[in-house]
Amino acid sequence: MASETRTVATPLPEVRLARRAWRPAVVVAASVAGLVLVLVLGVGAGSVAIAPGDTIAILAHRLLGLPVGATWSPTAETIVMDLRLPRVLSAMLVGAGLAVAGATFQGILRNPLADPYVLGTASGAALGAALAVLIPVRLLVLELGLLNVLAFVGAVATVLVVYRIGRGGGLTGLILTGYAVGSLLAAGLAMAMYLSGANLRQIFAFLLGGFDGASWLRLGIAFPLVVGGSLAIVARSRALNGLLLGDEAASHLGVAVRRERAILLGLASLVTAAGVAISGLIGFVGLLVPHLVRMVTGPDARRVLPVSAVVGAVLLGGADLAARLAGDIPVGVVTALIGAPAFVVLLRRTRTGYEL
Amino acid sequence: MSAIVTLDAVSAGYRRREVIRHVDVRIEAGERVAIIGPNGAGKSTLLRLITGTLRARAGRVLLDGDLVDRLDRLAVARRVAAVPSGASLPFAMTVEEVVALGRLPHEHALRGPGPADVAAVAGAIERVGLGHLVGRDARELSLGERQLVFLALAVAQAAPILLLDEPTVHLDLRHRVEAMEMLVDLNEHDGITVVAVLHDLGLAAHFFPRLLVVADGRVVADGPPAQVLTDDTIRGVFGVDPVHALGS
Repeated sequence: MASETRTVATPLPEVRLARRAWRPAVVVAASVAGLVLVLVLGVGAGSVAIAPGDTIAILAHRLLGLPVGATWSPTAETIVMDLRLPRVLSAMLVGAGLAVAGATFQGILRNPLADPYVLGTASGAALGAALAVLIPVRLLVLELGLLNVLAFVGAVATVLVVYRIGRGGGLTGLILTGYAVGSLLAAGLAMAMYLSGANLRQIFAFLLGGFDGASWLRLGIAFPLVVGGSLAIVARSRALNGLLLGDEAASHLGVAVRRERAILLGLASLVTAAGVAISGLIGFVGLLVPHLVRMVTGPDARRVLPVSAVVGAVLLGGADLAARLAGDIPVGVVTALIGAPAFVVLLRRTRTGYEL
Repeated sequence: MSAIVTLDAVSAGYRRREVIRHVDVRIEAGERVAIIGPNGAGKSTLLRLITGTLRARAGRVLLDGDLVDRLDRLAVARRVAAVPSGASLPFAMTVEEVVALGRLPHEHALRGPGPADVAAVAGAIERVGLGHLVGRDARELSLGERQLVFLALAVAQAAPILLLDEPTVHLDLRHRVEAMEMLVDLNEHDGITVVAVLHDLGLAAHFFPRLLVVADGRVVADGPPAQVLTDDTIRGVFGVDPVHALGS
């Protein structure tokens, strides 16, 4: 067996594969560095600044259990552990989830303009959140606000409806159905905002996205959904790769197209819904990051998905940091301010136009 | 011994329209068969029945004696490679990345391509003569070049049966002949069963020892070119004077 493969592999000096500058070691090193940097800076910065040395020491002591001499104040430790860390980790989790979901939606819909919200998750979540604000009962299920629950339910329910209605019409039919249902829900949202009176600000905060309300509990509930869903998507990379060529070719390459698309759609929607429920609507991360990543990794989902997760985490962690430094503005404003111009530059630099 | 491909009294179609009517075909392992016939006769539908992407309404389609409906997609993909028709690519992909998709049925689901997969991709690129296009964005290529890339993808898939639907429409004369010679080589040297839908009767007659003539959903003639391509068949099936049909 071994000698057989050797004879096949050697006599092909002319054909050089792997043109791209893909170096796994460099990517892994850069990922770890980026994640640690955002974590330390994000936890340290804020209205009460904590020195990077103290931040690292507190994290090392509390998270890794390293025997570091306690040189910091108990207040600093409380701020780091109870306020900043859950917030930074929430931003990173949501960023990773949105990037993975965006890459997945772009792949299964074969549409570079798709993002995690394309099939109505955003409008469903927004309407759910708005209804939660309108409902006068302050219901707290395990400290998880009604708003988070209804946002999650709204997002998932909307995708289910869109898929049920639109699956017969091909990919374009699905996207257009998402658009139609989204418009309908937007009308409902407008109505809810009109009726909300003094609570309008709360709905607005959800629409712009942010991590003010981050807590360990919310993080703990979203975490398994986002991470589990993302891992399940990565495990189906082969189907995502096959679908690049379209349904018929994917089927010839061994992909059970209908089943795989439904599963991937469900997983990506779940990841999106879980993220949106704890952060509100944050744009551009899910659209932009996969494109950015593909320029380095090529279109292979086995690379695109994990690298997107890391880049998304770093980007949204950084955006949340910027939002706090700019005086606690909504993080969605920051991602739009950075994301929109970056996307235009990206489109112009891409050699060929996008084929739809 | 069962044939590598068997269509047993098969009827099939789309919605209300019946496209294939009660067809019986047996293709033995190692054969090289061209399917010819006018547009809309059901040639591509025959290929879709063999790949199982279209289900027969009546009759049975068997691969090596196994009902194609009972095999999962991955099992079919390891037995049958089909050259994709010019699909649009949603993202920038290099030529070798497109060809590498042919290894999907073989590579490890998580680890991805191994050395054997890389070798198969390199071999397919070499064999189809795409070495000079490596590294190029497949979306920037001409239609003909793209057709060759998809041909290489199917070659890399390395299945015992290779199906081609109009593999040469966008190719110039030299590449047409080269593609045909490669099919002959795959067939005679590697023992791959080749089934190709062709419009060019001259190429079909010259490079394929067996022709299947399909008209109006039925196989109306089946055999070696000299026996099948009679003046009557050409006039009856294609509705043209035989002088115009074969050229050289």
